[in-house]
Amino acid sequence: MKAFAPLLAILATVAFAALAGHVHAGLILLAVFVPYAAFAVFLVGFCYRVTRWAWAPVPFRIPTTCGQQKSLPWIKPASLDNPSTGWGAFRRMALEVLLFRSLFRNNRARLHDQRLVLGEDQYLWLGALAFHWSLLVILLRHLRLFLQPVPFIVTALSRLDGAFQVGVPAVYVSDVVILGALVYLTARRFCNPLVRYLSLPIDYLALFLLLGIVTSGLLIRYVFPVDVAAIKQFALGLAVFHPVVPSALPPTFLVHLLLVSALAAYFPFSTLMHTGGVFLSPTRNLTNNNRSRRHINPWNHPVKTHSYAQWEYEFRDKLKAAKLPIESEDAGQITGD
Amino acid sequence: MPDKLLAIEQKNPEGGWRDAKVEFRKGTMCYAAAPKNIAYLGGTNPREWQPFDADWKLPPNWKRIILDGMKERLQKYRSFRLFMEICVRCGACADKCHFYIGSGDPKNMPVLRAELMRSVYRRYFTLTGRLFGSLVGSRELTEDVIKEWFYYFYQCTECRRCSVFCPYGIDTAEITMMGRELLDLIGCNINWVMEPAANCFRTGNHLGVQPHAFQDSLQFAADEASEITGLPIEVPINRKGAEILFVMPSADYFGTPHYYTLLGYLMLFHEIGLDYTVSAFASEGGNFGLFSSHELTKRLNAKIYEEAKRLGVKWILGGECGHMWRVFHQYMDTMNGPADFLEPPVSPITGTRFDNARSTCAVHICEFTADLIHHGKLRLDPSRNDRWNVTYHDSCNPSRAMGLLEEPRHILKSVCRNFHEMPENTIREQTFCCGSGAGLGTDENLEMRLRGGFPRANAVKYVREKHGVNLLACICAIDKATLPTLMEYWVPGVEVAGVHELLGNALVMTGEKERTTDLRGEDLRGEPLTKEEAAHE
Repeated sequence: MKAFAPLLAILATVAFAALAGHVHAGLILLAVFVPYAAFAVFLVGFCYRVTRWAWAPVPFRIPTTCGQQKSLPWIKPASLDNPSTGWGAFRRMALEVLLFRSLFRNNRARLHDQRLVLGEDQYLWLGALAFHWSLLVILLRHLRLFLQPVPFIVTALSRLDGAFQVGVPAVYVSDVVILGALVYLTARRFCNPLVRYLSLPIDYLALFLLLGIVTSGLLIRYVFPVDVAAIKQFALGLAVFHPVVPSALPPTFLVHLLLVSALAAYFPFSTLMHTGGVFLSPTRNLTNNNRSRRHINPWNHPVKTHSYAQWEYEFRDKLKAAKLPIESEDAGQITGD
Repeated sequence: MPDKLLAIEQKNPEGGWRDAKVEFRKGTMCYAAAPKNIAYLGGTNPREWQPFDADWKLPPNWKRIILDGMKERLQKYRSFRLFMEICVRCGACADKCHFYIGSGDPKNMPVLRAELMRSVYRRYFTLTGRLFGSLVGSRELTEDVIKEWFYYFYQCTECRRCSVFCPYGIDTAEITMMGRELLDLIGCNINWVMEPAANCFRTGNHLGVQPHAFQDSLQFAADEASEITGLPIEVPINRKGAEILFVMPSADYFGTPHYYTLLGYLMLFHEIGLDYTVSAFASEGGNFGLFSSHELTKRLNAKIYEEAKRLGVKWILGGECGHMWRVFHQYMDTMNGPADFLEPPVSPITGTRFDNARSTCAVHICEFTADLIHHGKLRLDPSRNDRWNVTYHDSCNPSRAMGLLEEPRHILKSVCRNFHEMPENTIREQTFCCGSGAGLGTDENLEMRLRGGFPRANAVKYVREKHGVNLLACICAIDKATLPTLMEYWVPGVEVAGVHELLGNALVMTGEKERTTDLRGEDLRGEPLTKEEAAHE
């Protein structure tokens, strides 16, 4: 079972965090050393990976064109799906990154009685969009723990997110959505036979990590409430590199913190790097102006070709017989090898 | 009709995919390249061998060669490195591949085709892969893996349909191209690619047609066009000082139904009095180098600009061909440009400036003709195509590597009166491949071609049953060569034609005699087919 090892790894992490916090040294390790180390690995790793991609040459301009090209003035070009300008490519990328436009095209090809039926299938798009946007909202909400005074935008976002006023404390919409989306994405990996077949253990690891983080976060907020002021004091200390560790931190919080640290440290080594990579994809971020502007290949090596002169020399008798014009009787002999 | 159609199963795959053993079975693979072809091109390890042999006679240091080759390409292509690293295996591409749909073989899901290489990439080029092995999906590079690569990278037509659906734009064609380049390094390639490539390097075209035979073929076509129209149609060859160099795939002057398209071109050029020439040296627009390596692509493509320069033309007009236009549009200028000896193309008939081609100076014939029709420069009698009930197959490369979608449709709708689109998810940028592109269109691979072509055929069947479609129009030489077999098998009663064949039928030429036959030499019918007739034909 491909999901077993990742599940074990997550459970071990959770157990470690829950237990180690009871010892002072363990508390210091979990609350100070691990977060700093993880954050450092994340920053260095993320930048390293992105710069390595960015520095790699793009020898050819190879956009996947998903609509009409710009050619004749009376034919309407698909400026988003087949951009002919930088602005068009920018908008294509914006839609790709913000709304997952390509994923939205998804359909389902299945056979029924030896006929191929193509049906709509936007669930993956919906699940992915719901997950990523609620994650963004939650990350932004967390800023209130690291900033003093809390910026208006963060307060406003939190208020909006909790506007439904269900229960005390108010249930955030993003919390509900992210849990639902993650459960869907995980269930899909287990239940869809094609996806199950092609999944690797690390695919489950990423999902379990995120599920662990979300679950522990929800427990902290809704089930085992913590002293938010104390947590904020601690977080502010971390943020300004003057960590002040309280004598005790609740185990749910330590679990949450360790899982977040684990995710951050794992991030640069994983396919979660798609976060940075999506911006650099040459089939999406390039302009389809191939024939109007020459694209330069930085390593355009010379190659061995078969020149006209060599060709003419080889076939000169046949050219003459066919009364086709000849450039020179012996040109090929001179340039040929 | 065959006794039994191929049974296609999409069973839910079970277990893992990491076992690399592949069974090579005739009908689902292509034969190995003959040593003479590899040798002629100066390739590595020319030898007699076949994929179903136990011993592939790889060079002793094959593993080192592959890994060094991967390393080099990871540094030279951002696409390669990125596509090795960012896939999250969401599965959006899984059922987008015509080979997966038609074969049910899970390793034909684009994501798994790429994983065949990613697993090796992780093992040798990432820290986690070296440390955690199969937990992070890494695999040892073994001879079985090489055989598996060969099987599946020559079971991908580089059609890019999956890349339309990928949220990160991961393009399996890029990965397949890298896979084939790497296999080339140890001498594992197929004859159906290497023989045309070797021919093309020597004679200028894939079929190995030498200049005198080239002239014969074109002269024959010109004579036939003259006979149909009663006009003195000529075809200039290697004529210096012409305004335009016309380049077409060699199948146009050697294959059927391509040949009727050639008649269409010649009639069109005669009617508008185009100042052009064809070349016996640049006698091939297609480029099978693209199905082998970037280097070979560049080597075979070099003759186009070289010849344009030698002949002193102003710009290049390109015929109906799929991968030729992938090369002309996305590679030619970068590889062999700049074309600073040419001029930005202007239509001598309408005065339209083809600004979209001002750097490459190469215009697609459909752009050129659509512009003529739009400006009312052609007299057309679409009733001459009334015996056809037409649908249009977007060829992969012009649609997904260029975006040439409306131009051919504009021509078709002007030259015939019965036109019906196939379902939305199977045309334009979502078009299904013929299943025979990227050098796989050989009869030894027939079963796999028919499987891969099934989704396309299935969509044709839909419009045949719904609208009585009996003609599949397209603008790709490989389509024209392979779709007839596909239709015969899955959708009998549907023929295949180039867009300019239909144009040639409809074109009312100045001073022409009354036409009694179409370009195929068959009777012109005044009445359109009724649905019943079409269904019973």
